[in-house]
Amino acid sequence: MVKAKNITFEYIRRDLEGNVVEIETALDNVSLNIKKGEFVAILGANGSGKSTFAKHINAIFSPSEGNIYIDGIDSRELDRIYEIRQRAGMVFQNPDNQMVAQVVEEDVAFGPENLGVETEEIKERVKRSLEAVNIWHRRKDNPTKLSGGQKQRVAIAGVMAMEPKCIVLDEPTAMLDPKGRKDVVDTILWLNKNKKITCILITHNMEETIQADKVIVMEKGKVKLSGTPLEVYSHIDELKSMGLDVPFASSFAKELIKDSIPLNDAVLSIDELAESIDKLVKNMAIDKKMLASPKIVEPAKYMPPAVNELGTNSSLILDHVEYKYNPNTAYEKLAVSDLSLTFTKGEFIGLVGHTGSGKSTLIQMLNGLIKPTKGSIYFNGQDISEEGYSLKFLRSKVGMSFQYPEHQLFANTIVEDVAFGPNNLGWDRLKIDKNTFDAIKLVGLPDDCYDMSPFELSGGQKRRVAIAGVLAMEPEFIVLDEPTAGLDPKGRDEILKAIKHIHDERGITVILVSHNMDDVAKYADRLIVMNDSKLEFNDTPRRVFENADKLKEMGLNVPSVSELMNKLNELGYPKYPYLIDENEALSAIKGWFL
Amino acid sequence: MIRDITIGQYYPVDSVIHRLDPRVKLFTTVIFIISLFIKKNIVLYMGATIFLITVIILSKVPLRYILKGLKPIVFLLIFTCVMNLFFSRGETVLFSYKIFVISKEGIYSASFLAIRLIELVIGSALLTYTTTPTKLTDGIEKGLGFLRVFKIPVHEFAMMMSIALRFIPILMEELDKIMKAQEARCATFNEGNFINRAKAMVPILIPLFVAAIRRANDLALAMESRCYQGGEGRTKLHPLKYKARDRIAYFITFAYLAAMIGLRMIVSA
Repeated sequence: MVKAKNITFEYIRRDLEGNVVEIETALDNVSLNIKKGEFVAILGANGSGKSTFAKHINAIFSPSEGNIYIDGIDSRELDRIYEIRQRAGMVFQNPDNQMVAQVVEEDVAFGPENLGVETEEIKERVKRSLEAVNIWHRRKDNPTKLSGGQKQRVAIAGVMAMEPKCIVLDEPTAMLDPKGRKDVVDTILWLNKNKKITCILITHNMEETIQADKVIVMEKGKVKLSGTPLEVYSHIDELKSMGLDVPFASSFAKELIKDSIPLNDAVLSIDELAESIDKLVKNMAIDKKMLASPKIVEPAKYMPPAVNELGTNSSLILDHVEYKYNPNTAYEKLAVSDLSLTFTKGEFIGLVGHTGSGKSTLIQMLNGLIKPTKGSIYFNGQDISEEGYSLKFLRSKVGMSFQYPEHQLFANTIVEDVAFGPNNLGWDRLKIDKNTFDAIKLVGLPDDCYDMSPFELSGGQKRRVAIAGVLAMEPEFIVLDEPTAGLDPKGRDEILKAIKHIHDERGITVILVSHNMDDVAKYADRLIVMNDSKLEFNDTPRRVFENADKLKEMGLNVPSVSELMNKLNELGYPKYPYLIDENEALSAIKGWFL
Repeated sequence: MIRDITIGQYYPVDSVIHRLDPRVKLFTTVIFIISLFIKKNIVLYMGATIFLITVIILSKVPLRYILKGLKPIVFLLIFTCVMNLFFSRGETVLFSYKIFVISKEGIYSASFLAIRLIELVIGSALLTYTTTPTKLTDGIEKGLGFLRVFKIPVHEFAMMMSIALRFIPILMEELDKIMKAQEARCATFNEGNFINRAKAMVPILIPLFVAAIRRANDLALAMESRCYQGGEGRTKLHPLKYKARDRIAYFITFAYLAAMIGLRMIVSA
């Protein structure tokens, strides 16, 4: 279907006079062969050239050297590029930015309309494509009313309506929540299996590639690894050195093998891992009923400190808070109802909930960006909605970084941008400078970047600049709304490390909003779960993750480790409640084989 | 404040007017506007008003909604009327104080102007109340298609308009997010003198422009990858086709224009 022969692609940057300033080789002598009907995943860190390669398949770019053939057509044949684009359609990362029309069905029709397909035939194709992605019932809606996952499925339908042989998806799930991700990946798999469409999925998320026929790993414009998922994910160290991950099951199996447990390591999913362990137990003739149940020490329940104990110390208290959008109108919508919470100094709190559960509304109330329609919020003992209470003071103490905070950068240099908050607070020059430089250092940015433009940095670095801008105001609390969204594994780890560092170094209370249960299990010492505008859980992660069924009902999940232990329990192994730590799970399982 | 403006917002009900072909509605709107300028005369205005009221009733758009749409032009309306009232010279002076003179002709002229302005705004707003933006751009594209002969890129203009309309809510949301993010960094937007306020806009406008450009770039790429090559050879999912009711509507529009011209001749004679 796609055949690349030694293709090289260079981005050439020129100055104003047209002289070449910089040549960046995005693809370096890449040769690839993707067969008809295959499901191929392309992995790589940011800047590895995977997106550039995808754009070659769609004939948006054509190689500087070498040739690429799509369904037999050379992309250099300029008069046939629309033929290529029709045969190999492309879905992009941002769901909003690829919709042309204001009605779902008209957006799906955009491709065939461009190809000059007859009206009756367009109608047929729109119906077929929307049914294939399961959005037919929303065909008359405005795309802005759909969720991210639904929008991406509409985008897939838009490509399907051109009747392609191949779909290239460039990080289609990067901006979605777990439910949206799953729906999109399931749709891709369905199209691949049932419609025999060649699917090329570019992603950072290793779990999405488990069911692929082939995984290709790129680094610095070169193909580093290629093969079945099993083959590729056996190169754990190599992948790690490229800033990538391996699926949980693969790395967990490797850890067991390291401790000379003769496990079959050909596993990708948690189910396969559990079965593999079970098989080994059977082969070794261990009676699983005889395995000792662990001594259960029930972890203490989280108890909020008594209000009088807190005094006027660093604390943020929500007292029976409610928030309604557009109150007393036809558009009234309850976002948060009867919520009481306490945040104190030095905590690391995870905040989870599906999209629309009320968590965004909750965090915006914490620093007075929106005011509760009922109830009160107290910061250090003072009611923040009282007349004359300084919101500036509150906002400097309760820092907030929204999703994709790098999109709010504006200044010429990094220093200037980070100093924006302190300047607004009207501090003296010396204090502003000191705090600015301290904050830049605290998030782990290099020393030589101070006078660079924030727009020159990589995605993860930009995000750290934005977080530094909040830290420079000397907050006692910091709220981070999905700080890892859209980053590659390396960028994600760096951000999380920086956040942990901030928490440990400065004793700042961190409120981390996340969709990733593994992350919150690893870092948070308290977990708040929102569901349908209500507080569902407010307890330690160990206790919260005991409620696996209830969490799944809410569209959430449990950490991979807990999922594995639950699965083993289903297979008849002893139950390990409150287990969310990988090392604990490893030693528990090792114990069975001693 | 911006969200309060109802002018130009589609009002979703099912009515004869809503179902008409957008080209008919465009044409009728143009004819109606022309008819307002035939002659300043009470009889002609009566004719136009009756026509407008009939259309409003048929459209099922509530009168309250339509009047709310006038809000943004209230100031302009009062201002021009007052100017007309005081400064148009007439023979029959009713009241005078220094340079302010109110004459019978002035009152006439001011009230005619008010009627003309109000009918003009309501008449054109009615088009957008009863036509979805998609249909409107389709109507413009096809209705004005003949302009292509003069090398005017009608399709491209229509496409730009529809994309702009699609991205307005997205950019509004983006603006809200950026403002909140900067507010969270203790920015204030409504303090101090004019210069300070203008300066406070920089941290909002730059990210907004960057976002708009980023989105435009993404969209252009997405459109190209879906084989967009301009209007040439494009087909439509819902092509515009005239139905019987559209022909009747055209007939009524012409009849209205003829009646107005007739009235003008009678009045002049």
